[in-house]
Amino acid sequence: MTVAIPSESLLLAARKVDFHIGGRKILDQVSLEVHAKEIVTLVGPNGAGKTTLLKVLLGIHSAPATSVWRKPRLRLGYVPQNIPIDSIMPLTVSRFLQLGMHRESVTTIKDSLELTGVAHLFDAPVHGLSGGEFKRMVLARAMLGKPDMLVLDEPVQGVDYSGELELYQLIGTLRDRFGWGVLLVSHDLHIVMGATDRVVCLNHHVCCTGKPGHVSNHPEFRELFGDPVVRSLALYHHHHHGCDANGGHGTQT
Amino acid sequence: MADFMLWSWLAGLGVAGVSGPLGCFVVWRRMAYFGDTMAHGALLGVAMGLMLHTNLTMGVMVVSSVIALVLLLLQRKQTLSGDTLLGILSHGTLSLGLVVLGFMSQVRIDLMGYLFGDILAVSVADVIGITVGGSLVLLILTKLWNPLLLMTIHEDLARAEGYPVDRIHLIFMLLIAMVIAMTMKIVGVLLVTSMLIIPAAAARNLVRSPETMAVAAALIGMVSVTLGLAASFYLDTPSGPSIVVAALITFLLSLSIPPMMGRHRTLFAKR
Repeated sequence: MTVAIPSESLLLAARKVDFHIGGRKILDQVSLEVHAKEIVTLVGPNGAGKTTLLKVLLGIHSAPATSVWRKPRLRLGYVPQNIPIDSIMPLTVSRFLQLGMHRESVTTIKDSLELTGVAHLFDAPVHGLSGGEFKRMVLARAMLGKPDMLVLDEPVQGVDYSGELELYQLIGTLRDRFGWGVLLVSHDLHIVMGATDRVVCLNHHVCCTGKPGHVSNHPEFRELFGDPVVRSLALYHHHHHGCDANGGHGTQT
Repeated sequence: MADFMLWSWLAGLGVAGVSGPLGCFVVWRRMAYFGDTMAHGALLGVAMGLMLHTNLTMGVMVVSSVIALVLLLLQRKQTLSGDTLLGILSHGTLSLGLVVLGFMSQVRIDLMGYLFGDILAVSVADVIGITVGGSLVLLILTKLWNPLLLMTIHEDLARAEGYPVDRIHLIFMLLIAMVIAMTMKIVGVLLVTSMLIIPAAAARNLVRSPETMAVAAALIGMVSVTLGLAASFYLDTPSGPSIVVAALITFLLSLSIPPMMGRHRTLFAKR
């Protein structure tokens, strides 16, 4: 590899990833780094290649070995965008957590569900869960593997507005506690901008990257998302800073 | 009771014990029509077997597996929708099988037996074959159970966690081909899929976990075989269809049982 020796905290890096599907270029020279204890959010319009990039990073899509670097023995927890479970599949929350290679004790499973706030659903069938409960269950399963890093694709999709805030807060709290690196995809700019350390704006190529405030002022970002959205973000940020200045009693969003 | 009834019954129980658990995956993975297509192709396998004077079971397994592979490859191309492809291959191979059999006027063939099963012609050798083959299928299925379940629920999740998804998928197809070859003898190519699907569907309302569903499906299949054969013996009805009717009745009865998964009418609930 031609890359400099990665720093100690680096967990995962993409180096100029190109990816084609059916002759169409989905990813164009995409580079990205995720370090321990940081939340990196991937934003971009529909069809920008966000999910494709995640799949390349997770090894679901194969890319040249030189273009994706992972810390040796990196444990990844994956929370996919959508897990449609047919009602003909009988499955309880606790059984869902044990899917795959995890062979965990009841206590470990309960603990994990406790951390995501859905321990009371231990024995519930998965089909009756709300969007938020379902996401928390999937998150609890991802945590069972004691990951170094979490990858979440649209973690708040199908969750109501107040649930969205809570879910992002939960991810933030757990990150603080376990020191995960977190890579998440979102197109909900308002919430993301407050709850993330670094934003990467993707539209087949990386348009811009940096702190949320920096990215939202970037011309290419403005062009992608349109002025009304950007203006509303600016308003939001203004509000956010205002809260902080007033003693920070406004909840971090 | 006559000896031949005992062999038929044992063969039926063996087949039901395997097709129940495997059928759960067919139902979970929404592969009912896929299984049907592989089963229809089995008749072509019989014809090939007769033509080449080889073992018919082998012929059926080979042709069903080839059809499964062709389907997988064609589906990847995605120029035609999945069910159109299935329809073409399903009826195409069935007709091809019938035409090839039609050419072999010198061989005396019990066509009805192949189409709807002739369980009363089961021999001791068949029972041994089903026992050995069935045990093998169940053994492999048990080994693959967890990854297969995970990739049934979310294939990318299984890939991200490092399972060889494509290889497991292929093995699963071969297992279905084996079960079709075994079940054909009992209920015939046209009804094979019913033994995979109906007991599994009937089991759904009685259980809370994938594992118990597999066991329940096996037991329901066994009960259906027993009832169907009894009807066939005492009422002189055709054995294969009688077994399927018995399975159908257990399915209908299962609908009247309140589902164990709580608030949901499981089978006809919206996704």
